[in-house]
Amino acid sequence: MFTEEETMLVQWLTDADAALAEAKTSKQPVLIDFSAAPA
Amino acid sequence: MPLEAHIKEHPAYFHRFDAAWTPSVVILDPKGVERYRIEGYLPTDEFRAQLEMGLARVAFMSKDWATAEDRYTAVLNRFPNSKAAPEALYWKGVSHYKATNDHTVLGELPDQFQEKYPDSIWAIKTEAWRH
Repeated sequence: MFTEEETMLVQWLTDADAALAEAKTSKQPVLIDFSAAPA
Repeated sequence: MPLEAHIKEHPAYFHRFDAAWTPSVVILDPKGVERYRIEGYLPTDEFRAQLEMGLARVAFMSKDWATAEDRYTAVLNRFPNSKAAPEALYWKGVSHYKATNDHTVLGELPDQFQEKYPDSIWAIKTEAWRH
């Protein structure tokens, strides 16, 4: 199980173009979470 | 790089990345090429194993064989009873072969599969390598 600290470390981005640009610069993969869950 | 795509807030992302169902998780490589997709709910450990498989695939497709092997090994060590484990064992062996050109590792896989995951489709795929 993830600890509360681990789950809180995720800073979700909402701008796809910015995320892709940052991924390219930092050479990191992108994880996209597609959801329809109620907020 | 975690990107949130909620159907009400970012409907265009569903079309852009071909997401046809929720929940879905798509993993892109740093160049934006899709390398792995998880569709549907999974228990926590199965989901974590799948995430690791996705990162392993990113490394594999970038020909970073050492990282790929490490990530597939991590799946086997941390989630040995997950549904992803047999596939991880297969690609771990392939990653090692790619890194070393040592084909003996592939020849050892059929027996490993018979011992650990005999009913997996990945076991069938390794039978061609039996010496």
